Amino acid sequence: MSITTFVLRRLASGLLLLLALSLLVFALLDASPGSPLQSLLGTRPATPELVAELRARHHLDEPFALQYLHWLSDAVRLDFGRSISVQAGTPVVDMVYGRAALSAELAAYCLLLVLLLGVPLGLIAGIRHGRTADRSISLLATVGFGAPVYALSVVLLYVFGVALGWFPVYGAGEGFADRVTHLTLPAVALTTVLSAVVVRQTRAATVTVLRQDYLTFARLRGLSPARVLIHYVLRNCAPPVVTSAGMLLIAPLSAGIFIEQVFSLPGMGSLLLTAVAAEDLPVVQGTALLLGALVVLVNLLVDLLGFLLDPRVRLHAAGEH
Amino acid sequence: MADMTDMADTDTADMANPVPAPNPVPAPGTASAREVSRRFRPPVLVALAASGVAVIALLVVAGGWLTPYDPGQQDLMRGAAGPGDGHWLGTDALGRDVLSQLVAGARTAVVGPLCVAAGALLLGVPLGVLAGYRAGGLFDAVINRFADLVYAFPAMLLVVVVVGTIGDGYWFAVAVVTLLVLPAQIRLCRNTTLVQARLPYVEAARTLGLPAARIMFRHILPNIRPTVLATLLLDFGGALISLSGLSYLGLGVPPGTPDWGELLRQGQTLLAVNPYMSLAPGLMIIIATVGVTLLGDWLYDRGTAGTDPR
Repeated sequence: MSITTFVLRRLASGLLLLLALSLLVFALLDASPGSPLQSLLGTRPATPELVAELRARHHLDEPFALQYLHWLSDAVRLDFGRSISVQAGTPVVDMVYGRAALSAELAAYCLLLVLLLGVPLGLIAGIRHGRTADRSISLLATVGFGAPVYALSVVLLYVFGVALGWFPVYGAGEGFADRVTHLTLPAVALTTVLSAVVVRQTRAATVTVLRQDYLTFARLRGLSPARVLIHYVLRNCAPPVVTSAGMLLIAPLSAGIFIEQVFSLPGMGSLLLTAVAAEDLPVVQGTALLLGALVVLVNLLVDLLGFLLDPRVRLHAAGEH
Repeated sequence: MADMTDMADTDTADMANPVPAPNPVPAPGTASAREVSRRFRPPVLVALAASGVAVIALLVVAGGWLTPYDPGQQDLMRGAAGPGDGHWLGTDALGRDVLSQLVAGARTAVVGPLCVAAGALLLGVPLGVLAGYRAGGLFDAVINRFADLVYAFPAMLLVVVVVGTIGDGYWFAVAVVTLLVLPAQIRLCRNTTLVQARLPYVEAARTLGLPAARIMFRHILPNIRPTVLATLLLDFGGALISLSGLSYLGLGVPPGTPDWGELLRQGQTLLAVNPYMSLAPGLMIIIATVGVTLLGDWLYDRGTAGTDPR
């Protein structure tokens, strides 16, 4: 299968997913308590002018399918309408852009920590398979895997923020150094949860690679342990780790709802939560759909990277068709 | 290095995305005697996890007799304060005893996830076995597409948006979480059934003319029990994380219900006054979810050790 067909197929399935999500997100307007008009009015007084404007803007007099098509054609052009109550009158896209930077910074910080901590820990556990080091690392990974991020965050917040006072407990900070200090605790909390998966994946991959004949042969040829580790073990551990990289990029988005709530960070997650609490439907719809598009895009890129990195995936795909 | 290379790997199969085990009859020499004994011995950690889960179960059953105070009883004169005056974990902003709320909250924390696990057992397992036994059919395809859809998006994001917007209370949240757990449960049962359905004993049962339902539920089901049990425990843990998380965000139980997530949320604003108010429920949630995860992993390893050379 050529790379073009591969990309096209994935693109098509991604678009289908987005279409399903957009239908769900649009249906929220009808599913939320009260009539769609009431939801769109919010707490504003129902003046005839406003009602007429909302009816025209959202095509409320037309059947559901047509309403959806109108809404979708606007959404494709990134027009999700204006906020009702969170920042009344501001276009939803502008609000999301305003919040996206902080979430992206947190995700990047977290990704860096995961790569610097999770991958080496997984390698060590894999190499020391069955020994004490492996057991301790695997235990940590299980705790991180099982524990919810919000409970861990509050514990971290208390220990390092309140009791020891090493890190700020509130807000995002100004300027680079201040921002890094403010984002350290949230990033560490996220890293604990995310590393768990990376450690498990890297460990399993290392154990499998170490059993291969070509590795025994490389050692027999007298190659230095460092060369074996870097050129043989690390390279062959890459595909499963890259596959989990998709999850690494996506998890900060969903865990972000909790993290941003615990540490009072004004990111995308807190925007979504505020909008949900304030019943500001255009903001909820816009944020959810943009997050969904981001998820689809990340998954596509990760698949593509895996395709390029691992010749076996290419061959497998070729054999399928 | 030699012992490392011939040791059977125990962790390559991912619980959420199982690779169908190729051959359930162990090839000679895949698992050394040491490895097998290591797998069957309950490690200290599993014993710890089991006792943690047992304590929480005790709180759920006997919580009413164990609380030193009525969890709803207010003492506005006392207000939020640290431990003292017979309040071991202090009091919240309304002067309610934190320890009593913590004990009473165990029931709230566990009931919803139990319902989710029950839903996964009563709906997910039969449907999964059916899909696996009749693999390739229309039902199988529909289930797989739905599972793809749920896997593709962060489930928690969907739960927050749907529950927060439609907002029909706690049981609606339980239903949404169940719906999002089901595809994974169905697909897992499907994959393990698929492996079993190709084995000689199923072929033999079919040759004897046994009805399909009998083969599925009397012959195949007992053979996939370890996997089913382990995934049900994981479902339970995941549902506890989601439902307590919703309460933490203020979208779960109605205000005034003693609940760990709710306690965590309110306690966070009082961290400087009474840290135990949020630390205690936070640790309870961690103990419950990690305990259940460890137990599930162990049950799965133990149940499949003899039959599955992963």
